[in-house]
Amino acid sequence: MKNFFIEFLEIFRIAFNAIRINKLRSTLTTLGIIIGIVAVTTMSTAIVGLREAFLTSISSLGSDVLYVSKVPWFAMGDWSLYRNRKNLTLEQYERLKDMINTYEAIAPTASSFGLNVKRKERSVISTVVYGTTEDFQRTSQIELEEGRFMSEMDVRAGRKVCMVGQDIVKELFPIESPVNKEIKINNIPFKIIGVMTKQGSGFLGSFSLDGMIIMPLKSLELFSDDIHRRLRIDVKVGDVDKLEDAKQEIISAMRIIRKVPYNKPDDFAVNQQEAFKQMYDQTVGIIAYAGIVITALSLFVGAIGIMNIMFVSVTERTKEIGIRKAIGAKTWSILLQFLTESALICLLGGVIGIIISFPLSLIINQFLPTTMPLPIVGLSLLISAFVGIISGFLPALKASRLNPVDALRYE
Amino acid sequence: MNIINIEHIAKIYQVGSEEVHALRDVSLNIEKGEYVAIMGPSGSGKSTLMNILGCLDTPTKGLYNFTGVNVSQMNDNELANIRNKEIGFVFQTFNLLPRSDALHNVELPLIYAGISSHERKDKARLALDHVGLNDRMHHKPNELSGGQRQRVAIARALVTQPAIILADEPTGNLDTKTGEDIMALFNEIYEQGNTIILVTHEEYIAEHAERIIRIRDGMIEKDEHVKDRYIPKKNGFSKAD
Repeated sequence: MKNFFIEFLEIFRIAFNAIRINKLRSTLTTLGIIIGIVAVTTMSTAIVGLREAFLTSISSLGSDVLYVSKVPWFAMGDWSLYRNRKNLTLEQYERLKDMINTYEAIAPTASSFGLNVKRKERSVISTVVYGTTEDFQRTSQIELEEGRFMSEMDVRAGRKVCMVGQDIVKELFPIESPVNKEIKINNIPFKIIGVMTKQGSGFLGSFSLDGMIIMPLKSLELFSDDIHRRLRIDVKVGDVDKLEDAKQEIISAMRIIRKVPYNKPDDFAVNQQEAFKQMYDQTVGIIAYAGIVITALSLFVGAIGIMNIMFVSVTERTKEIGIRKAIGAKTWSILLQFLTESALICLLGGVIGIIISFPLSLIINQFLPTTMPLPIVGLSLLISAFVGIISGFLPALKASRLNPVDALRYE
Repeated sequence: MNIINIEHIAKIYQVGSEEVHALRDVSLNIEKGEYVAIMGPSGSGKSTLMNILGCLDTPTKGLYNFTGVNVSQMNDNELANIRNKEIGFVFQTFNLLPRSDALHNVELPLIYAGISSHERKDKARLALDHVGLNDRMHHKPNELSGGQRQRVAIARALVTQPAIILADEPTGNLDTKTGEDIMALFNEIYEQGNTIILVTHEEYIAEHAERIIRIRDGMIEKDEHVKDRYIPKKNGFSKAD
């Protein structure tokens, strides 16, 4: 072991000197790896960021919440099959609430789009309004920055009160507190009773509550002829482990409620956040990984460059190999010498690549909520050392197998 | 005691479809402390014999006992170990590492022997001192004259205290005067009890040895002791009386 260490120090010294002496050549060779590492780390940072942004944007959909609706979120096949289904009704909601046990909160939710909101001369156009019940605070995990969420009384009475998101506040109440102030939604006065904390928009901003207004379900009827058209029922199970049981319970209950014959498929859908993740992984995810594979090709090209230059290096130093072998260097020692050299070149490229791509990741950070993840840093260093060893292997093997007699005679 | 014992060795190279018999049937003993010159014209097989003696190559047939160990069937790594510990090479073209200084060149065999840095440097300094280069330790080969380079190579050959010193045309790339200096150095090493095998094609170099083995067509033509060999002075030739 001690002998090995002594020899390895020498091997390291040789590799380091070889790189130092051929500065231009080493720089150019390393460049291939640098470009590869920059491409791969930047790409994977962007991909991690993209997914992060996506997960943030669907986080308002709780992972332990089931969403019962007329059509599934990601409907496949013949659309007419879904279109002809009957709407969910409030009566069905009431019955479902009575029939199921595995839930923490259950809220019927309807929405209306494109409403205009005014406060004195300020206005926001095309706002989304949710009509729901007091349980919505729990199904959607809403936190309030100020004021309160609507109460059971507000909901039952259909009071003209509302909770607003941060984007609305920013537009309509740049200075004063909006709580207990009046706004006009499509010219109907509403009192703001609560302000929701900022959720931050992912790149799929549509899920964010920041730009929304929430009010009692009955009050929404002021803006919509038929609130049942977009009615869904949000069921917070409270425990992700019980999600599947709860789903089965809901499906059985809903089949009874909607009188679905035993030989017919469900005429409703139970959705969950998971479906979004699956959808993401099936579409964006696949494109993203294809992107990684394509950028990894540049690393591959860099590796070919290393292999090429290592072959040159072996040929150039044939005589040196002969001398070393003549005075006692063993096969593995020569093999290791060239492997170390190529691994060192690649590691150097990896380190420089990371130094370059770190500021790049800060630029990405302006658009996506991420910086370069530490595992990617570690992984790319590992990859570059690995690339070095792989691409150096054939040249090193060639060197180690040289016959000392022939190598000494080489000019 | 026989350091080298060769029995009926042959070396056959396959060149295309033709077999080349570089060595046909060579048997030979060399004892400890001998100073032997191997002579022969080019193509005689003397280089092949030297490669086999130096454990750089193995014979096709026959037996080679080196310091009592059969090395004729050894694999590359075992041979490398023997070369490292028991054989000191001195080549015509010096074969120093061009980018390393004299000290590191001399250290090299000790590195492969796994000796620690401190001990290595001490031994290498001593060996360089021995060949009169203690003021040139940190010079690179291109900063040294031909004779100095060869002396570094000799120091490298001596540093492991090998069983034999194998010198292949050690004066071939040197002028006559420098060559004499080198031969004087070999003489000194010989007188200290080392075994030297000198491969050369020049008669006057061979006559420094006490025994000359002449090779022709892959066989030993003549093996004789030199009656009045040249004993060079430290700085020149002097005929022994």
